[in-house]
Amino acid sequence: MSQISARQNLYRKDRRSLFHGFDPVLTIVVGLLLFLGTLLVWAATRDWYARGGLDPEYYLKRHIINILIGAVLAYGVTVIDYRLLRAYTPILWGAAVLGLLIVLIPGLGTEKNGAKAWIALPGGFQIQPAELAKVGIIIGMAMILSERSHNSDKPSNKNVLQSLAVAALPVLLIVLQPDMGTILIISASVVTMIAVSGISSKWVVGLLLLAVSGGFIAVQAGVVSEYQVKRLQTFVDPNADTQGSGYQLRQARITVGSGGLLGTGLFNGPQTSGRFVPEQQTDFIFTVAGEQLGFIGSGTILILYLILLMRAFSIARRTTDPFGRLVCTGVIAWFAFQMFENIGMTLGMMPMTGVPLPFISYGGSSMFATLIGFGLLQNVHARLRG
Amino acid sequence: MNNKSRLSLLVVQILIVSLVMALLGRLFFLQVASGDKYQDAALSIQSRDVITPAIRGIIVDGSGVPLASNKVGLAITIDRIVIDELSDKGVALMQRLAGLLQLEYADIYQNTRLCGELPAGQKAGCWQGSRYQPIPITKSADPDTAIQIVERADLFPGVSAKPVAIRAYPSFFDVNAAHLLGYVGPLTESDLLSTNEKQYFRSESIGKTGLEIQYDSYLRGVPGIRTVIVDRKETITKESQNTASIDGDHLVTSLDVRLQAATEKALKDAVLRGRANGYRSDSGAAVVMDVRTGRILAMASYPTYDPNSWEKGLTVQQAKDLFSETKSVPALNRAIQGLFAPASTFKVISVVAADKAGYDLNATYDCPSQVEVGTRTFRNFDSKNQGRMNINTAIAVSCDTIWYQIAFDEWLRDGGLKPKSNLNDYFFKAAEAFKLTDRVGIDLPAESASRIADREYKKSWYEQNKDFYCNYKERAKKDQQSAFLIQLAAENCVDGDKVRAGDAVNFSIGQGDTVLTPLKLTQSYAAIANGGTIWQALVGKAIVKTDGTVVEKFTPQKLGTLDVKPSTIKFLQSGLRQVVVRGTAAGVFSGFPVEISGKTGTGQVFGRNPDGSAKDDTSWFASFAPSNNPRYAVTMMIGQGGFGASTSGVGVRAIYSTLFGVTGGRVDPGAAIFPGGKPPEQLPKISLVIKKKGAQ
Repeated sequence: MSQISARQNLYRKDRRSLFHGFDPVLTIVVGLLLFLGTLLVWAATRDWYARGGLDPEYYLKRHIINILIGAVLAYGVTVIDYRLLRAYTPILWGAAVLGLLIVLIPGLGTEKNGAKAWIALPGGFQIQPAELAKVGIIIGMAMILSERSHNSDKPSNKNVLQSLAVAALPVLLIVLQPDMGTILIISASVVTMIAVSGISSKWVVGLLLLAVSGGFIAVQAGVVSEYQVKRLQTFVDPNADTQGSGYQLRQARITVGSGGLLGTGLFNGPQTSGRFVPEQQTDFIFTVAGEQLGFIGSGTILILYLILLMRAFSIARRTTDPFGRLVCTGVIAWFAFQMFENIGMTLGMMPMTGVPLPFISYGGSSMFATLIGFGLLQNVHARLRG
Repeated sequence: MNNKSRLSLLVVQILIVSLVMALLGRLFFLQVASGDKYQDAALSIQSRDVITPAIRGIIVDGSGVPLASNKVGLAITIDRIVIDELSDKGVALMQRLAGLLQLEYADIYQNTRLCGELPAGQKAGCWQGSRYQPIPITKSADPDTAIQIVERADLFPGVSAKPVAIRAYPSFFDVNAAHLLGYVGPLTESDLLSTNEKQYFRSESIGKTGLEIQYDSYLRGVPGIRTVIVDRKETITKESQNTASIDGDHLVTSLDVRLQAATEKALKDAVLRGRANGYRSDSGAAVVMDVRTGRILAMASYPTYDPNSWEKGLTVQQAKDLFSETKSVPALNRAIQGLFAPASTFKVISVVAADKAGYDLNATYDCPSQVEVGTRTFRNFDSKNQGRMNINTAIAVSCDTIWYQIAFDEWLRDGGLKPKSNLNDYFFKAAEAFKLTDRVGIDLPAESASRIADREYKKSWYEQNKDFYCNYKERAKKDQQSAFLIQLAAENCVDGDKVRAGDAVNFSIGQGDTVLTPLKLTQSYAAIANGGTIWQALVGKAIVKTDGTVVEKFTPQKLGTLDVKPSTIKFLQSGLRQVVVRGTAAGVFSGFPVEISGKTGTGQVFGRNPDGSAKDDTSWFASFAPSNNPRYAVTMMIGQGGFGASTSGVGVRAIYSTLFGVTGGRVDPGAAIFPGGKPPEQLPKISLVIKKKGAQ
């Protein structure tokens, strides 16, 4: 009996409420982002499918299902006891690495846009292991970097190296896909986590230099695929590649700019409805917000992200437990840099990569991963009082 | 946690806040600061305008007879985007079309080249619009031929047939009026970019010259626009606006189609008459003006061309011929752009000068056969000694030497080669009294201003030419280095900036570097006829709608008055009558039942023709009628036409015959162009149904 109740205690600290420990601000902000995202995905696809004689709500329905599944995952991650979380971390990491390996095997992994990033599952579903790898790397590194020995208040150099190894293997596999956008985000998370871990700044500086030179070598060595190089070139000189990525970026900027202050109104955007911007419901979803909601609407989305991140910072600061703090930091860096890369690319401030906008872009794997990340933040918050 | 952690977290937090702020800033820049630019860009991506052209307004004469109208033609067009993709760039295609449509391949090729693609000097017949418009190679295709083309789209890619409105110039009474009417054509890139307030669509036609361009904003109406929103595949998703076209309004002119036709015929006959008399006779102009209002009743220029040829499609040769020097540049409207020395017709100014200088116009003066001026001898026209005469007779018989003496004496009084500080300059001031350098202000483009060879003119001429004359031996061509010319160049170098005796003397008889347009001379003679009012000339009379509503009326403005005493004006009127009664025009108008006043002019021209022959004299006759109570001023000029009376004078008589209805030596009031002795004031009704009227 006590064993059972003890077990039960592992899963539910407090029977007072289902959502006890949830940060209300975080929940509301993410809820709003999910809601806006749903509307935007719908607006991006409704007219297009209707014109083609298909079900105009096709994407809407699938997006809602993705959110529901993700929400369940988030809830699970929130309420799970953190010791169990630490126990599951290696398994999760291993699964991510496995997924990344499978993706590279021809026949099992499907190629899209020159990158082998997806595994096709029966039933028409696709899964992108790189997204889940982000979670695996963050909690993996957090676990190692939070180890303390001899009453030290910071990780040892050996810890740091171990954590880098934890990150390096999946990153290497992702490089082989290649998916440079995800590499960028993960690198940002890694460096940020190490910076916050308390280790000496020499590590941070060294890592930054390594990242930059690594990127440079990768481009020169031809590891980066040609079309990715073109994307970089277009970023530097917008007039370079007018038919390919240059065209996409130009259309994106025009679509966003044409929204003006107030936007054209939801479901009312000719650029969106005309499908002039490619990947509109996924990577370029922000153009829909730009055109239809204008500066007021898309600015609000940016503010929502800012509130989300500031709230997460507050959680990270109040946590006394290094693991929790590092998990928060990793998730913050992930969300912040991914959001910055996606929106920055849309606005012409960053080179084009294929990273989706957290909580808003259509895509199962990305939605699950970001909601799990959200769940991790909630998990840390829930233990604040304790 | 340790301090390093805390600090790092703070640094990261600040970094992330800055990133978000940067995004907000960029967003603001794109959407608010540059929002308009992106909205325009978005519109051009997502919307397409389909233009339906408006029906162009017609141009009619004072009685409502159409001079320019519209008809429906069948155009065969070529899409450059499509044929440029073919391996031979469409050469075989165009050859097939040439055979089928009975056109020349070279013309089709030239017509489908953009003007910007062609080297300078080889642009005749080029397409002035853009590559994205279908280029018509003919607008009067036969429907059966068109069907053959459209049904064989495999043989004729990029070729289509469509009905088009074409501008037609119906030539009632065999009238031409090409220079007055002008023509229409597609917009050029510079028209689209021009900064005037007109808003044009790429597929429109606009007036290019003449009345068609002057009144284009009234005539063209407003095209209908249908704006559709398209998706990326160019499928129409919805219609954004659909406005109907508004037809253009019509232009009523003060011309009379029968008078215009008769004037053109008289002009052409005069040209041929000059040639029959052995003169080169290569160009000419004639103007008929209402002296009481300034309205133009007829205006002709020779050589001319068929204005319908622009719409039919000019062949390359035709396009070249229009501007060819050897064909005397038919595109030029000599009535308003031709500048010629007025010769003796200028003597009316000299009379005013003499009067102001204090010479008694009723006293008698010598008219010797020649006069010594400095070291040069100036002769009477045919070196005749005409004895003593008063000024009235001097006008009538066109004595030159009287004027030489007066002009020379006045030039000396003004200081000769060392002009005094307070100059009388009676002759130059008389030219100012007639406002000769002011434009007439006619409502046609590109009117040339006349030029008086006064002191300012000589100074600026010298500035421009002194380098040439002072270095004549090095600068001039070898065959231009005769002793006489070298001497002349030396003189020009020394005092080319001064009015010399010879200049003053030549001025008094309308020779030298003084040049007038035929229209300007007409305006001046009309001012003498009406007692001193200098009228603006207008061709356009009013803009009316089909239902008769008057949109706007145009009234010529009074530009000024002759700065001449009324008694002097009366004297001039009397002198000009004597020219016809007993003077140089007596023979031409003998037996004419209407009293005409006028002046002959036979201008010597310095220089050679392209073939090396010396240039013949310019023939002038400027006039007004009826002498008592004048109503009409008529001027004719024939370049290299010989004598004023026999070439131009006879032509002017023919014009007056038509004007007054003179048949068989008598006036038949029923045959007069303007019953009641004056042009109609009421505006005619516009009828868009064109019935071919019988010949006059």
